[in-house]
Amino acid sequence: MDDLLSEFLTETNENLAVLDVELVKLEQNPNDPGLLSNIFRLVHTIKGTCGFLGLPRLESVAHAGENVLGKFRDGELHVSPYAVSLILESLDTIKGILSVLEATEAEPPGGDQDLIDRLNAMAEGKEVPKAGAAAAPAPVAAAPENDPEELFTPVPAHLTHTLAPAAPPPPPTPAPVAKVEAPAPVVEAAAPPPAPPPPPPPRAEPQDDVRGESKESALAQQTIRVHVDLLENLMTMVSELVLTRNQLLQILRSQKDSEFAAPLQRLNHVTSELQEGVMKTRMQPIGNAWAKLPRLVRDLSHELHKKIELQMLGAETELDRQVLELIKDPLTHMVRNSGDHGLEIPADRVAAGKSETGRITLNAYHEGGHIIIEIADDGRGLALSKIKAKIIQNGLATESELAQMSDQQIQQYIFKPGFSTAAKVTSVSGRGVGMDVVKTNIEKIGGTIEMRSVEGRGTTFTIKIPLTLAIVSALIVECASERFAVPQISVIELVRAASDSEHKIERINGAPVLRLRNRLLPLVSLQNLLKLGVADDDDKRETFIVVSQVGNYTFGIIVDRVFDTEEIVVKPVAPILRHIELFSGNTILGDGSVIMILDPNGIATASGSMGGTADNAQTAAQEVAKSARREDDKMALLLFSAGEGGPKAVPLSLVARLEDVDLNLVELSNGEPVVQYRGKLMPLVPIDPNWKITRDKRQPVVVFADGDRSMGLVVDEIVDIVEDRLQVELGTERQGFLGSAIIANKATDVIDAGFYLTRAFKDWFGNAHESFEDERQHRVLLVDDSPFFRNLLTPLLTVSGYDVTAVESADEALALSESGEEFDVIVSDIEMPGMSGLDFAQAVRASARWSGTPMVALSSHAAPRDLERGRQAGFNDYVAKFDREALLLTLQQTIAEKGAA
Amino acid sequence: MSARLPAVKKAGSQEIATVKNEDFVTATIANQLFGIPVLQVQDVLGPQKITRIPLAPPEVAGSLNLRGRIVTAIDVRLRLGLPPRPADGKPVMSIVVDHKGELYSLMVDNVGEVLSLSSDDFERHPATLDPRWREISTGIYRLKETLLVVLDVSKLLNFANIEAA
Repeated sequence: MDDLLSEFLTETNENLAVLDVELVKLEQNPNDPGLLSNIFRLVHTIKGTCGFLGLPRLESVAHAGENVLGKFRDGELHVSPYAVSLILESLDTIKGILSVLEATEAEPPGGDQDLIDRLNAMAEGKEVPKAGAAAAPAPVAAAPENDPEELFTPVPAHLTHTLAPAAPPPPPTPAPVAKVEAPAPVVEAAAPPPAPPPPPPPRAEPQDDVRGESKESALAQQTIRVHVDLLENLMTMVSELVLTRNQLLQILRSQKDSEFAAPLQRLNHVTSELQEGVMKTRMQPIGNAWAKLPRLVRDLSHELHKKIELQMLGAETELDRQVLELIKDPLTHMVRNSGDHGLEIPADRVAAGKSETGRITLNAYHEGGHIIIEIADDGRGLALSKIKAKIIQNGLATESELAQMSDQQIQQYIFKPGFSTAAKVTSVSGRGVGMDVVKTNIEKIGGTIEMRSVEGRGTTFTIKIPLTLAIVSALIVECASERFAVPQISVIELVRAASDSEHKIERINGAPVLRLRNRLLPLVSLQNLLKLGVADDDDKRETFIVVSQVGNYTFGIIVDRVFDTEEIVVKPVAPILRHIELFSGNTILGDGSVIMILDPNGIATASGSMGGTADNAQTAAQEVAKSARREDDKMALLLFSAGEGGPKAVPLSLVARLEDVDLNLVELSNGEPVVQYRGKLMPLVPIDPNWKITRDKRQPVVVFADGDRSMGLVVDEIVDIVEDRLQVELGTERQGFLGSAIIANKATDVIDAGFYLTRAFKDWFGNAHESFEDERQHRVLLVDDSPFFRNLLTPLLTVSGYDVTAVESADEALALSESGEEFDVIVSDIEMPGMSGLDFAQAVRASARWSGTPMVALSSHAAPRDLERGRQAGFNDYVAKFDREALLLTLQQTIAEKGAA
Repeated sequence: MSARLPAVKKAGSQEIATVKNEDFVTATIANQLFGIPVLQVQDVLGPQKITRIPLAPPEVAGSLNLRGRIVTAIDVRLRLGLPPRPADGKPVMSIVVDHKGELYSLMVDNVGEVLSLSSDDFERHPATLDPRWREISTGIYRLKETLLVVLDVSKLLNFANIEAA
């Protein structure tokens, strides 16, 4: 039954019961104004609610009654027994109608004209019993013999009977009406009870239709109203009971054959049932949260001139009212988004071969202790190109990074805070306003949100939330002899890892990873994360990996042991500990000890920043994108082995040639090994720092070249050339390496060619660029015609914490200026085809937008004369092309100067 | 080992300035006598099983379960900038206080008797007192044998200031 209706029935029945009593009192004290106004108010409330719910028959009766009462109140009419009985009669009629309403959810057909006429007549002061006959010549009107004695009987049902005798014998309807008695749980979805099929009355004989035995409403008897606080309190008590039960069970487990076993089992069951029962009292159908949506969608469709159909499935799915409250707003927001941005206008839909009416589908269902809510539209989906443009504009990623992301990863950007502010996004990309807020809200209650979108076909959001917040199922794990609870919702699977098992932890520069079904799973050592001493690197010992998922980011948490799952009651941590983001709360376990509850979201965030990626990524989603950049872009990779560790790789596009160098020909120049190569000296740089020149041997060398410079990277063995995705899974701080990737099913270090190149042409440098870490990512525009340099510098600068946008010509750069892009610094080559670097600098200085942006020139010629020319053109600084260290330093200084200015 | 305190409560209220006597639960830390207003004290505990809380400030020793409530344990020694407790095998005593509805267990070396002290013996702390001590105490009582430092629980639990210091 409709909630609103059942609530109305309960309330009205209560009011009627009060009215019965009050009216009788009134008859005894006809001039008590307090009594009168109370009665008036009650009838007025009934009338008002009827009107609101669209119950015309009830409303008209109540209205007529109210009129009479109004006159009483104003002193225009005198309270007479006849008048009171007339009011009581109208109340009885109302009751009769209500009981039919309760059974069939509809007012019985027919009208109450006769009664209303009599009431109206009364209101006009014609206190004649027969007065009604003037308006309605129905025989019933003449009937009542208003024996005053009868009227004093307080039982209303009785009164009805006294009024009835003259009426024609009622049709045999009372029986079906009596069925109302059948206990029908209030909230139960309306299984239409056997509706009393009142044969259409030949005449307007209202009483007969509805009267029957005026039963006390079945509803009124079956529901009581309880304050929410009481329920909350009950819930807390039950939570405590559950904890105590857990404790007892724990004790029992350690004592076999205890005589407490049987009663404890019983207690266990009763507690579970009690818990379930109390939970149920807090449960509300999700339809309650949806109640406003049809109206919202209707308004939206008018406002936007779209045809929108809202389909709501599973509205009866129940969830905790606390959760319900919390998801109400996000849901509303998302439906609005779907209607506003997801669905196209009818013309576009028809053009796309879809029906004119767009459809938004809400679907809620239970799945394994969680509620799944899907919000789907069949609109245009997310326009990737627009999102990409926005990502670049907002400086969230560079074009080259985007090119290497999967569609899915790019779509995730709509959950980023950067996407919420710009109003432009709503009109272009389709979504974005406040999606980060939605995500945050859902994560706050321990839920997750995922999105699938197909351009042109629509978007589906899937929200997964726990049934209740009070009691959650958690996995108990141990790490460094401390136990922690991990909410079950975020645990995907458990993997046992040991050197002798199928799964073993591998390390890339100390960063642990696990091969899991052909994917590299980044691992987080809980021990390190929580600073519980230094984890011994002995990977032989057995550990367990808790594979968790936050958003689309999957990672593993290394723990020492895994215990069973336990129902825990989440309690907030003390205020002085709230700042520790890794914990979402604490609780008391079955054995009475206190345990901290880990927050997977916090771990994901913390581990992401520990992974060594350069910027202060804030959300897990950002980490996702970061850890999985450069995907979906197959490229040829040169695999080789050198020094310690696993195979290494470098993009083949950067490699000029592969050579086999006779080590007898290697000479030393300035202490560094060089070899004569094509008439020039080529420096040799070994990857293995321990590399020694062994005479009478040949050594494979990977030659990098740009222009007339070349450099040889000394490796141990060329392994293979493979065509694979260069998907750098894990960043690294180690110099000379970009990170690690799975290449040819092996964890492979991807080397940073730029690092070795600079080693060849400059002496070793000390440690670079630590100071960049904590700053906001500065945006760098790199202009260079050579793809080699772009490929070289982009990763170099990115790793150093800059957000790099690389373009191949000055014209392209100026186009970016036109489109409103902003950069902190521009790095430009000097010798370029078309517009040269110097001309470009002049153009920039003359332009309105970028005139204040510092520029750094990049050239192979770094003579003082060149420097001067550069300054005149508008460059702030001048750096030699291969001087990686100087470039980084210059960038840092330039940006600092700009900031200071 | 947990024992409810004898009902000295309501003997005096610190809120009313005119009351001359105030009751304090006394405790010793590194041979210094401290007093905590008795009305703020919930419990006195013996050694408890304490769960360490990783990443928490060093002064937070962990949390413990006191009759179903989670209590945060504070090592007052560390809070006062004193060296950690020597491992002399003596049982750790704690005084549980209520602060804004949360329970905290203050770990001290020893818990003494409840003293009723006259405000005549009360004095503001001397200017030479370590600023850290000055911050978390309201003043000093002159006892016959020794001096008693009154701990201000709310300031003691205000960790924001430590980090700044």
